[in-house]
Amino acid sequence: MRLSSTLIVALRALRRNKLRSMLTALGIIIGVAAVIAMVSIGNGAKTQVEAQVASLGQNVITVFSGSFTGGAMRGGWGSAPTLNLEDANAISREVAGVVGVSPEVRSRDQVLANGLNWNTQIIGEGPDFVTIRTWPVARGTMFSDQDVRSVAKVAVIGQTIVDQLFPGEDPIGQTLRIRNIPFKVVGVLSPKGFNLFGQDQDDTVIVPYSSHMKRLSKRTNIASILVQAVSSEEIPKVQQDITDALMQRRQGKDQDFTVRNQVELAQAATATSKTMTLLLAAIAGVSLIVGGIGIMNIMLVSVTERTREIGIRLAVGAHGRDVLLQFLIEAVVLSSLGGILGILLGIGTSKFVSALNGWPVLVSTPAVVVAFVFSAAVGVFFGFYPARKAAQLDPIDALRYE
Amino acid sequence: MASVVKLQDIHKIYDSGEVPVHAVRGVSLELAPGEFLALMGASGSGKSTLMNTLGCLDRPTRGTYLLDGTNVSELGRNELADLRNAKLGFVFQGFNLLARTTALENVELPMLYGQHRLSGAAMRQRALACLEVVGLANRADHFPNQLSGGQQQRVAIARALVNQPQVLLADEPTGNLDSKTSVEVMGVFQKLNDQGITIVMVTHELDIARFCKRNLVMRDGRVVSDHVVTDRLLADVELARLREAESAAKLTN
Repeated sequence: MRLSSTLIVALRALRRNKLRSMLTALGIIIGVAAVIAMVSIGNGAKTQVEAQVASLGQNVITVFSGSFTGGAMRGGWGSAPTLNLEDANAISREVAGVVGVSPEVRSRDQVLANGLNWNTQIIGEGPDFVTIRTWPVARGTMFSDQDVRSVAKVAVIGQTIVDQLFPGEDPIGQTLRIRNIPFKVVGVLSPKGFNLFGQDQDDTVIVPYSSHMKRLSKRTNIASILVQAVSSEEIPKVQQDITDALMQRRQGKDQDFTVRNQVELAQAATATSKTMTLLLAAIAGVSLIVGGIGIMNIMLVSVTERTREIGIRLAVGAHGRDVLLQFLIEAVVLSSLGGILGILLGIGTSKFVSALNGWPVLVSTPAVVVAFVFSAAVGVFFGFYPARKAAQLDPIDALRYE
Repeated sequence: MASVVKLQDIHKIYDSGEVPVHAVRGVSLELAPGEFLALMGASGSGKSTLMNTLGCLDRPTRGTYLLDGTNVSELGRNELADLRNAKLGFVFQGFNLLARTTALENVELPMLYGQHRLSGAAMRQRALACLEVVGLANRADHFPNQLSGGQQQRVAIARALVNQPQVLLADEPTGNLDSKTSVEVMGVFQKLNDQGITIVMVTHELDIARFCKRNLVMRDGRVVSDHVVTDRLLADVELARLREAESAAKLTN
């Protein structure tokens, strides 16, 4: 019987104090929106940064052949002909946790096309190269396993080669000559720029390793093997398994190869991810606290300034429970309305920032839920608690309150 | 006729400070239906405390209080609230209207907390009727800040009337009003009293007390004088006299 009256009373109270209602809801709106926007933008930034780190090539293990020693001179890793294609096949066949293998041979040669020439690095690789190095082909395609088997005269070239040999032209389908052998350009790698050591990574021509070995360098061994592990956690195990598999093939002979990983890169990726996660949590936490304090303030003030109103209501026959229920309904209505508007505003802000920066913005459902529940709980609690105190007041004291 | 209000040896002691304050020391009082009592006394004489007791806002420390046959001293908080709602009407010195709420909605307020739920239309009708009684039916949609002090007090009186109370309690109802408006408000009270409503009001203005039928004077928590007003003033007469004086003042100016 009284619930419907209380509902009327609460809605009337909200309607007649539009400014106060709006301010209260605003606290919740901003709290919720801030958290959602911050977490969404942060998530986007995190994904962006992780993608950038990943583009350096992730979970890559390199197997180098041994050092050639001639007299007193030692040639360094890769100088001795100790690795061959069988080793590469053994790795892809026998080692678990490997998602990509690419045998590698390198040389420097003069490349000709269009009457222009350029001295560059020629690398023989397998088709897995682009995924292992996270280096996608921007135009055209990467050569295939079929090209490797058929020792095809095809090449994928870096942006620098395009600029130097095919200025202002589409290089796809054109021919370039290496040691007077024509290679057809089938793809252009996306520009990668200079690496940390100042080398132009785009200054390169990639051909199938079989073509490189049979047509260019005329060698039977390979310089190194690129291996991609399934995850960074698997790297140590995969590394050990590669060593074991290759040692088994050598049947008790000395180790004539070395296995290296990108420890630094992996560590950087993990550290970056951790930092971003921490940053996000901190931002979300601060937003929640600031929002919560805003809500708390306006709720406390609004209940305190209404002590007299509570006194009047008590004097004309309201029970403490009626007053309490009225404030609870007000708080719930404001909190849910504010929460819903906050969610909309937060998502809108995220989309706006995303459109502005071209970032991928990911609206996180847990953030939406946590922000809404927290703000609503703060709103209801700080609307409820002072109201409870007020409802327990003596009507005389409440009426005298200034 | 059975008395509406019956106080027997009421004591009220406030224990909140270091020294207990004995605000009311043994007051006995009986009010018959249709009485119009002015409760008078200096500050600290205990008249406000007695008024709060009469209004069921506060329970006496000792003594019994029968309101319309109900023993108030034994009731709990919520029962007191229901009693206030059903049997008492309050008019305060500071009007105590809800701000930003129309006169009509202010008058409807006690009905919202009533034991018997009325439909919105019925509440509205009763509220309008009460505003009619105090002569403010045409101001039903005005907000308190759009009304003069006298009009606000009349809205408060309408609010006090809306649940058809046994007793109307007014705590210095003219304290915030000028003398002419005070007389107008007293006119409303006299009209209601003529219709049979029992009224108790606190005042310290002697000429206001003369509009009542009975004066009770308190000092130090005790009743020192309880007499019937012999030279009673009538609001209509006084108002006519004031109007005359006003127009005379304007003429001479």
